[in-house]
Amino acid sequence: MSNEATTAATAAAAEAAPAPEPLRHGLGSSLPAADARAKTEGTFPYAADLWAEGLLWAAVLRSPHPHARIVSIDTTHAREMPGVRAVVTHEDVPGRPLYGRGTADRPVFASEVVRHHGEPIAAVAADHPDTARMAAAAVIVEYEVLDPVTDPEQAFQAEPLHPDGNLIRHIPLRHGDPEAAGEIVVEGLYRIGRQDPAPIGAEAGLAVPRPDGGVELYLASTDPHADRDALAACYGLEPERVKIVVTGVPGATADREDQGFQLPLGLLALRTGCPVKLTATREESFLGHVHRHPTLLRYRHHADAEGRLVKVEAQILLDAGAYADTSAEALAAAVSFACGPYVVPNAFIEGWAVRTNNPPSGHVRGEGAMQVCAAYEAQMDKLAKRLGLDPAELRLRNVMATGDVLPTGQTVTCPAPVAELLQAVQEHPLPPLPKDTPEEEWLLPGGPEGAGEPGAVRRGVGYGLGMVHMLGAEGADEVSTATVKVQGGVATVLCAAVETGQGFTTLARQIVQDTLGVDEVHVAPVDTDQPPAGAGCRGRHTWVSGGAVERAAKMVRTQLLQPLAHKFGMSTELLQITDGKITSYDGVLSTTVTEAMDGKELWATAQCRPHPTEPLDGAGQGDAFVGLAFCAIRAVVDVDIELGSVRVVELAVAQDVGRVLNPAQLASRIEAGVTQGVGIALTENLRTPRGLIRHPDLTGYALPTALDAPDIQIVKLVEERDVVAPFGAKAVSAVPVVTSPAAIASAVRAATGRAVNRLPIRPQAAVVTGR
Amino acid sequence: MGQWEGAAGLTTHAPQAAQAVTLPTTLDEAVAALTAMPAAVPVAGGTDLMAAVNSGQLRPAALVGLGRISEIRGWQYQDGHALLGAGLTHARMGRPDFAALIPALAAAARAAGPPHIRNAGTLGGNIASAAPTGDALPVLAALEATLIIAGPGGARREIPVSHLLAGVEMLRAGELIGYVRVPLLHAPQVFLKATGRTGPGRATASVAVVLDPARRGVRCAVGAIAPMPLRPLDAEQWVAGLIDWDNNRAIVPEALNAFGEYVAAACIPDQPPAEDGSVQQLPPAVLHLRRTVAALARRALGRALS
Repeated sequence: MSNEATTAATAAAAEAAPAPEPLRHGLGSSLPAADARAKTEGTFPYAADLWAEGLLWAAVLRSPHPHARIVSIDTTHAREMPGVRAVVTHEDVPGRPLYGRGTADRPVFASEVVRHHGEPIAAVAADHPDTARMAAAAVIVEYEVLDPVTDPEQAFQAEPLHPDGNLIRHIPLRHGDPEAAGEIVVEGLYRIGRQDPAPIGAEAGLAVPRPDGGVELYLASTDPHADRDALAACYGLEPERVKIVVTGVPGATADREDQGFQLPLGLLALRTGCPVKLTATREESFLGHVHRHPTLLRYRHHADAEGRLVKVEAQILLDAGAYADTSAEALAAAVSFACGPYVVPNAFIEGWAVRTNNPPSGHVRGEGAMQVCAAYEAQMDKLAKRLGLDPAELRLRNVMATGDVLPTGQTVTCPAPVAELLQAVQEHPLPPLPKDTPEEEWLLPGGPEGAGEPGAVRRGVGYGLGMVHMLGAEGADEVSTATVKVQGGVATVLCAAVETGQGFTTLARQIVQDTLGVDEVHVAPVDTDQPPAGAGCRGRHTWVSGGAVERAAKMVRTQLLQPLAHKFGMSTELLQITDGKITSYDGVLSTTVTEAMDGKELWATAQCRPHPTEPLDGAGQGDAFVGLAFCAIRAVVDVDIELGSVRVVELAVAQDVGRVLNPAQLASRIEAGVTQGVGIALTENLRTPRGLIRHPDLTGYALPTALDAPDIQIVKLVEERDVVAPFGAKAVSAVPVVTSPAAIASAVRAATGRAVNRLPIRPQAAVVTGR
Repeated sequence: MGQWEGAAGLTTHAPQAAQAVTLPTTLDEAVAALTAMPAAVPVAGGTDLMAAVNSGQLRPAALVGLGRISEIRGWQYQDGHALLGAGLTHARMGRPDFAALIPALAAAARAAGPPHIRNAGTLGGNIASAAPTGDALPVLAALEATLIIAGPGGARREIPVSHLLAGVEMLRAGELIGYVRVPLLHAPQVFLKATGRTGPGRATASVAVVLDPARRGVRCAVGAIAPMPLRPLDAEQWVAGLIDWDNNRAIVPEALNAFGEYVAAACIPDQPPAEDGSVQQLPPAVLHLRRTVAALARRALGRALS
């Protein structure tokens, strides 16, 4: 018996194809990040670890009020404190007094009025961090407190909070026949909370004055050139005299760095002539950087009796907070994707981004698209319930595909395998109920020491389909430049694309390994002496910077092979480089890269610029986006229907990735994005009653822990190459963030039968009463 | 002196905040140190205190570290009671040997935050901080624990924990919480806590239920919903009469439900009627909290009796 079993097993093993040897390097391999070891061992230097001889410490005085007139600022006491070297206010800004990422509407230091809690008013440099903080507290500011406008709906009628007015952008999108109507109409009102990007490691930086009157800043910037330009303008210096050196970025899911934090740093260094260091506390970090837009959405979906969408009407109100930042772009995404990845012949979407006295909102990945996804998917659930259809089936009847038209009038030309994604998550087996394990081991909602009771737990399954755009939209000039240099069998990549944790440096190494066949590739540190590469967001670097690296590497390849090809009378295409060896197709030629280089250094620089886009017109129409990415998620949740506690059991993800360039890195990006979405769905909401940030700490602001993170199953990666993208690859990080909150809300709806129209889901919204 | 000198002579603390740190090894030495320096602040695990220091809310002139006082880091038995050292960490209390003695306190200790907090935070610190969300507090209230307070000159006095938490009695200058005296009831005890997430979090509401079979009593305390734990005494007495103590402590399921409602209504009462006799509905969030307390109390008593 046992013999037979062994024989059968051996036969089966022999029949199975031998596992292909995993790729060691190049595209498609799971090349580990070069800095992974240093980061794991704690030796990787971050901005907060920097030190310079004789450095001073900076501190920023921030407004305790969300809205107030500044009557006077008295810095006398602060200046007189022993150890204080400089105190700067709005009077000391030598150049442009305003800055801002999208729109320059934000004062470097508040002068006449403060518009949000935490707005910088003055900054101090002193010989000790505590002295600096105490001196900042000793700046006497007399305020005349004003009533804050904190409800975005009131912003329309309120007195202008800013010379630019309270309406930052309005898009009235009109597409199709306004008279169209469906037999079935469902309506809903949805509210999305304020997510904080809560980057790992609060902001920190070091500014060093230069002998030429300029300044060098060592920062964890994710967009060094834009930051440099803003800083130079405010300092009244030519951009060449301000240099930003990017130090290790601890992690970023947004425009990580608040320029309002960088500006005082350089200003104090210029003023004192000494290096100045500023390390933000977590509280300052919450007060300083931008958040996800809190959004109010009103929807009306029309469908025919079979559940096919006829018309979508929606009103979308984004709370931009006190300053515009990138709210105009977020609104464009919200309005354009308001119907989701569905075929909607008639769409009438009105969107507004308005100014309030709340903390400023800006780019956090998936902005605009995430909020509408939660709303349109809730509408799809409502429609399915009304029609008595399975929610997944209703979605399948409406999904878009390549060739369909967005409500903006843009035709989807890239792969849009939405149906395939949805079917993949639908067909994935459901996670088993924990029936077979002892009851003490069940992880119930509320956690291992929580109050969960199996009898009160209901399981729910829900679906979410989401989409985002890649790269900047509406005519943004997307360009990146890269240089590839080879000498002695070692290649170096110079590109100003910042490694924010998205894995660009690993990808750049893989691209060069693939093209030049060299194993050892280094990616140089980033500073603003290099040509610009744009901000590290929206999959930009995989696309434009990766594209630039590939082009430069190919140019070097040609330089390397041209003389050999010429000598042997064949074209360079017939030669190939693998593992540092150059061979011809017929095997006649075989030499090594090192030999072919002959001690020379080869280098090339190339640019990548994708096809241009156009702004949305007065009716919200236009080809505004370079590319789109899609995702389907099936959520399985357990809800304790008496306490309203929710545990996400499993998220099954199917994603449209174009092409897998690094499987391990891709999986980690999806897992991270999905988990960020769990936070939006269940716990993350920065509360600001009357404009004041309450609990600006990680105890009050609950990020998902390992226990909150579900089992994440990546069930399918659809590799349909996007022909316009380099390598055919799509951005992968943002779309899971967009989709997972909607899927989780859908599952909670299924478990409880409640409407769930607000994110994060509050326990009282997941309780089933009157059983 | 635990100050760290930087390369350029910079310290991690401002010179004006230079602190004297004393590390006594006995309770009486600690009391003496506190008496000698009235401005000194005692520190055990520091999980609350150091957060206040780091955020600048507290600048203690001097610290008396309690971590080296071995006599308060364990426990001993004393005529049917356990005398728990105030320096017992949550991690220690969470272990099975301790859970066999005082199961509800062990459960509260295991639920009291992530491992690094439980490794440092102490029982005495939980009482001294008296945070509304302190997980040990409802358990101590339900157990009717008493505190042994060490004072100058080797003095010891005993006060009920609820007196300290309610501010009826206060710690006097130089006094320290030395021990917590807890009855050993040899019966089931349950601590349940509702939080906003699956991972460790602060309680939105917590309930401790302990059975006292010798006196045929049920004792219950509700934590996190008020500045101090609340005891629904009427509900306790009422439900104790419904338990068949001689027959496996049986109870009808309806009584469990009613107990939950009783406890919740006692802790979160309705608004008093206005002058015209109309009663204002509680806000939805408060109603949810009341439902949560009711569910926790029902589940806790159900588990204690099962």
